[in-house]
Amino acid sequence: MADASVGLGGVLHAYARLVGARIRSDWQYRTSFVLHTLSQAVVTALDLAVVLVIFDRVTALGGWSVGEVLVLYGFATASFGLADMFVSQVETVPEHILAGTFDRFLLRPLPIVLQLSAAEFALRRIGRVVPGVATLAVGLTAADVSWHLGSVLLAVVTLASGIAVFGSVFVLTCTVSFWIVGSREVANAFTYGGSFAQQYPLHIFHEWVRGIIGWLLPMAFAGYVGTIHLVGAANPLDLPRWLAFAAPLPVGVFALLASRAWARSVRNYQSTGS
Amino acid sequence: MTAAIVCRDLRKTFVVRQRVGRVRRRRVEVRAVDGVSFEVRPGEMVGYLGPNGAGKSTTIKMLTGILTPSGGEVRTVGLEPVRQRTTLARRIGVVFGQRTQLWWDLPLGDSFELLHHVYRTEPARHRRNLDELVERLDMGEFLATPVRQLSLGQRMRGELAASLLHDPEVVVLDEPTIGLDVVSKLAVREFLVGHNREHGTTVLLTTHDLDDVERLCPRMMIIDHGRVIYDGGVAAFKSEHGVERTVVVDLVDPGPPLEVPGARVTKVEGPRQWLVFDRRETSAAEVVRAVTSTVAIRDLSIEEPEIEALVRRVYLDQRDDV
Amino acid sequence: MRLYWEVARRSFRRWSTYRAATLAGLFTNAVFGYLRAYILLAVVAAAGGTAGGWDATQLVTFAFLTQGLMNVSLAFGDPELAQRIRTGDVVVDLYRPVDLQMWWLAASLGRAAFSTLARGVTPVLIGALAFDLSVTTSPAMLIVGLASLVLAAVVGFAFRFLVNLTPFWILDHRGVDQLATLTLSFFSGLMLPVVLFPGWLEGLARLLPFIAMIQAPAEVFMGVRDLGGAVGLLVHQVVWVGLLLGAGRLVLARAQRKVVIQGG
Repeated sequence: MADASVGLGGVLHAYARLVGARIRSDWQYRTSFVLHTLSQAVVTALDLAVVLVIFDRVTALGGWSVGEVLVLYGFATASFGLADMFVSQVETVPEHILAGTFDRFLLRPLPIVLQLSAAEFALRRIGRVVPGVATLAVGLTAADVSWHLGSVLLAVVTLASGIAVFGSVFVLTCTVSFWIVGSREVANAFTYGGSFAQQYPLHIFHEWVRGIIGWLLPMAFAGYVGTIHLVGAANPLDLPRWLAFAAPLPVGVFALLASRAWARSVRNYQSTGS
Repeated sequence: MTAAIVCRDLRKTFVVRQRVGRVRRRRVEVRAVDGVSFEVRPGEMVGYLGPNGAGKSTTIKMLTGILTPSGGEVRTVGLEPVRQRTTLARRIGVVFGQRTQLWWDLPLGDSFELLHHVYRTEPARHRRNLDELVERLDMGEFLATPVRQLSLGQRMRGELAASLLHDPEVVVLDEPTIGLDVVSKLAVREFLVGHNREHGTTVLLTTHDLDDVERLCPRMMIIDHGRVIYDGGVAAFKSEHGVERTVVVDLVDPGPPLEVPGARVTKVEGPRQWLVFDRRETSAAEVVRAVTSTVAIRDLSIEEPEIEALVRRVYLDQRDDV
Repeated sequence: MRLYWEVARRSFRRWSTYRAATLAGLFTNAVFGYLRAYILLAVVAAAGGTAGGWDATQLVTFAFLTQGLMNVSLAFGDPELAQRIRTGDVVVDLYRPVDLQMWWLAASLGRAAFSTLARGVTPVLIGALAFDLSVTTSPAMLIVGLASLVLAAVVGFAFRFLVNLTPFWILDHRGVDQLATLTLSFFSGLMLPVVLFPGWLEGLARLLPFIAMIQAPAEVFMGVRDLGGAVGLLVHQVVWVGLLLGAGRLVLARAQRKVVIQGG
């Protein structure tokens, strides 16, 4: 009987190796990889260009200065990009089921989401992360933040919450689209529309819009809430300071919901074979 | 000794939506597995035969944790396959004949290395197993070749090795020799027998090919329409139910039906004749020898007995018994 | 001529069967329409009531019009031709005694017709539920607008056609495809109305073909141009139709020669 190097460390090590294998496979198609990465970067750059063009004309948007919006943009894009890199692979499940390759994941002693993430890993998505992180860095430097334990913690919590919430949105919208046939595009409208909206100060949107893509799907914690208190941006919704630090709570609950939905989906496959 | 695999009254029902007329759909229940019970002891090699759609793959999927049973129970190495999926995965190996578990664009050796990490086997044991498997399956010369460039025979050897690297107690093979040439089939069979003898790995082999079962498994089960209709020794089956085979000869000149001891002619079409014989009584070699000693032939072929014929045979014999 | 009409008609019918996809697409249009509307409202509020010469109502109208118009020009494409080239099926098409470009134009127009009916106006109607919108009511302007729609569809097709021909030379054309889509998104006014660009950038955008696909018809329907200006937009569209279709024919001929020489 096989013994094992125990627990989480072993699992992460296996994950790292599997991701490496995928990257090596993709590297054989080098030009394609480079082009794709570049186009991801261009997408991100264009969104940024829109923000810059707007600020060429006005000095504040929703009461926020260009530096403050850049910090927001940086948080939103970097965390979305990272979630996209590591979690969005769940949307390939229907293809795997159709091709008959999903069973293989059930036969291996690793969590299925992990295997999917590695098997369909696309390094090119880093093309979105790098501009996002760069913008964040530039924005934070320009914003003249006083860095101490509290503010560092806030920045870290905001970024981590962003990755967690976008990742959960990916999983949730994917699992819903498995259950309701043909709902993929509608689900995508929430995912991509929601993440796009987070590039701008949430209070410029109507109450209902804010409610759905900011609080119900708690994407407001991906950047908006943290940025207000990190750089002192205008706070017309009067969100208290502690809310930014409490982000892990609503995000955590949401992530739990998403993982339950996922588990239900897998069980559903095992019960019906499709 | 606890059984390696045990199922009791195992059932799996699928609900299929069928179109009735233009718009309405009707729910139809398909009983893929309809009350299957058997026990496989550790170290046994068992064949699992059945026609297409009989329920072979569905049973396998329930044994390995891919599908949840609709009824009854199943335990593999004492574990509940679906509930204890990851624990079970470490202790079994599975080969699906038509779907690969290897990494397509990378060299075969890389797949083995990756599986080392997936199963988190101890490095020394992995090394030892790998060396043994590479030697036994003669894979040395194509370890560096990307899997997508391997021939089917080479790839199948790779799949077998991949399923055994982590020292599983039970290995399930779903149609492993399908599409393989004769030489590869023999190599695979030889390897499996040797491995079972030396390591005591329990082997459950599903197949269409009666020859596979004959050469490899002392015991076989036949499944049809979701039910096991035969479970016993292969030799016993042959002696009880007999197995017929057909030799098709193309004579140089058309002639009257040949008279061959142990065989009877069932069809004549010009120079071609179909000779059917009972395997209990004679062999293909003897029939061919008898034919060629009396008449000149241009060509001959041996038809494999179809599993459907076997199944029909079992039903007929059962009916006779009643 | 009859043949192309048939092709267009069949394309129209085919696309009209994808009902669920059409509805889903409309939902996406609505979502992005609303989001962009709010962003533009914030911009105009910060700019003191008008931005680029347009007021809040006009900007919001623009946001929804563009969501509708992107379905008219179909510039976001239909990778079918590119797929056929990649798999080699297109060789069959090249041997047919029809004008390939006209064939695909007919199919594209058929699809555009359906798309316009189903998704051209609907986003604007959805937007009108929450906002006051302003569109022109002048009959002359509406006629010019209709012409502008047709031209937008043709320009959109012509551009896509060129992009779709790249697999003849580049193996994985997805990169080119994406780059084309991105350039198109930015310069067509879809992401931000061109009037909000800084002067030099707006000047550049006005010369390129991309605004012909979305911003130009939008401006006509919004009534922000006088008749002369509107006709000027039409002229710009016609010029680009000529240039892009012409370029398309040249490239196609090149491709056909390549196929003959290489033997597919």
